[in-house]
Amino acid sequence: MSIRTNKEAAVKVAANLADSGFAADRREQTLGTALTDYWTRVRSGDLGSLPAILGLVALVTLFTVLRPETFLSKGNIANLFVQALPVTILALGLVFVLLLGEIDLSAGVASGVCAAVMAKLIVEAGQPWFVAVAAALVTGLVIGTAIGALVSLVRIPSFVVTLALFLGLQGITLRLIGDGGTVPVRDDVVVALANRNMPIWLGWVLALVCVAGFAAVELLRHQRQRKRGLAGRPFGVTAARITVLAVAVLGGTYLLSLNRAATPSFDLRGVPWGVPLVALLVVVCTFVLGRTVYGRHVYAVGGNAEAARRAGINVTWIRMSVFMIGSFLAALSGIVLASRLNSVTPDLGANTTLLYAVGAAVIGGTSLFGGKGRAHDALLGGLVIATIDNGLGLLGAKAYANMLITGLVLLFAASIDALARRRRAATGR
Amino acid sequence: MAENAHPVLRLTGVNKSFGAVHVLHDVDFAVHAGKVTALVGDNGAGKSTLIKGIAGIHPFDSGRIEFEGREVVVGGPRDAAALGIEVVYQDLALADNLDIVQNMFLGRERTRGVLLDEASMEQSARETLTRLSVRTVKSVRQQVASLSGGQRQTVAIAKAVLWESKLVILDEPTAALGVAQTRQVLDLIRRLADTGHAVVLISHNMNDVFEVADRITALYLGRVAADVARADVTSTEVVELITAGRSGDLGLATAETL
Repeated sequence: MSIRTNKEAAVKVAANLADSGFAADRREQTLGTALTDYWTRVRSGDLGSLPAILGLVALVTLFTVLRPETFLSKGNIANLFVQALPVTILALGLVFVLLLGEIDLSAGVASGVCAAVMAKLIVEAGQPWFVAVAAALVTGLVIGTAIGALVSLVRIPSFVVTLALFLGLQGITLRLIGDGGTVPVRDDVVVALANRNMPIWLGWVLALVCVAGFAAVELLRHQRQRKRGLAGRPFGVTAARITVLAVAVLGGTYLLSLNRAATPSFDLRGVPWGVPLVALLVVVCTFVLGRTVYGRHVYAVGGNAEAARRAGINVTWIRMSVFMIGSFLAALSGIVLASRLNSVTPDLGANTTLLYAVGAAVIGGTSLFGGKGRAHDALLGGLVIATIDNGLGLLGAKAYANMLITGLVLLFAASIDALARRRRAATGR
Repeated sequence: MAENAHPVLRLTGVNKSFGAVHVLHDVDFAVHAGKVTALVGDNGAGKSTLIKGIAGIHPFDSGRIEFEGREVVVGGPRDAAALGIEVVYQDLALADNLDIVQNMFLGRERTRGVLLDEASMEQSARETLTRLSVRTVKSVRQQVASLSGGQRQTVAIAKAVLWESKLVILDEPTAALGVAQTRQVLDLIRRLADTGHAVVLISHNMNDVFEVADRITALYLGRVAADVARADVTSTEVVELITAGRSGDLGLATAETL
């Protein structure tokens, strides 16, 4: 009897609870709720691109004040973009690895090995550029497969595997290039990547295609979500996203289309060929991570590997594949770096290369703890890192100061990541 | 009606050993559609081993498994999933960094070409939650990390329902929950059975068991001590079955309790 009345009372309570929430499932947000939500997310530690954007603004202001003549000159802005290319490509590969909470310490020197393979094939074997580039990319895939197999099959921590390769791969580069040697890279196509510019009209066409494509994707999604009653962004936010991208892309194209030659008689203008390459890579990676089953599984393994395993996801394969992607993109980064330097030396990809790339990914918003990160983090972070590198160069900072500052920047970015993560845990996000 | 039909799952004479340790002794176990069967027993009684055998994680050494009247072989988790057996684990296999829809479809994403079909997944997830009268989540696009324990349990159970599972096994679903959340989950379990699913509920909590279970199967040291209708026993008797293997006329004969 008493059990029965208890139960009835309980059912009543349940009914009251039931009226509280899901009936009010919010599908269409207004601009106001979207802004409030964003602010709540930031306060609860989900910072997104905010640190990178604030950092970029602060750095640009700082260096403009310190070097008003040179920092914002047209030549230097173009230089900055080119400097950001290899860092961004390397960081893009690291985003995949970091999404699983793993690390690839050998990514920088792997890019060195791949660049050395390419340079040797062009210079000493006389191979055409496409054979050499393909060989470099395959080398990257082989390195990535080896790391992936050791991490996912043998289950050695990625930190240890890639630390060992960090040393080993430098040995291979040294063996290929020779002690103190330099292999010059003079192949037209490879050199063009970082040193030649697209015709002005092509730059504008690609920029417009880029903006129109983004706008089409965003608007179609918005329309579909509204039509089928799905959760989505308010139109204001979609419009703002398109505007921001359009301003950034078209503004960048405009700056790079101005004549930036030091002497007026000389004509130097146009978007460097490497820029559309990076743009394409970011678009492809965004698509893979955000819109494909593979990308979804990468996030799932990074968030909860056990849950992913029980859901029938091949965790071993996912773990292996991210290292393959990481080293493949490292190879591309090495090729662009060799193009920028016009040569391959035994220390290409060593020193600060990896630190810069990890810093770029983390500053951009990718977490070192796995499960959180996007492709465009590498782009934003790469710009921040290139700005630091470029600005310090203009200030004539000594090598020791450069190392100290770069190290501190990475520590700072990692601290923000760790603190934001604690904040997320505390606020249940 | 359901009593006359084949049980959804019937185990006959199941044995399982881990090395020299004989964990399950000739266990018989049956689960019917539309019924909640509580599986009770002390720690080490063999509940988890029995569940893992059904789920294909540690297949049984011997014995017969019938699913909807047909004899089947469950050699791995995929076999179990293909039959329509879903296990909702105690530690809730959800990825915190994904939202509710993404978690519900994890590992079985719908696609159009190479693209994820987010629209159709979101609609199905919402329909399933609505069908289960789940009204406690704000948005199906909420990250799972921001959900309470009860809501997480709800999502895990809804995931099982989404896949049209015939048999849903819940491992201690209320163990970590507060009073109101336990209430929600128990209601959900009841609705699960009422919508035609066979439900196995593993629980240490006699209140929960007596509130939602139709039948109670008690395990004692790897043997079935009793398989009774809830209405025929009292809470005290069940506790005796769990702790001593017998209670009055019920349970194992004394010689067998070893």
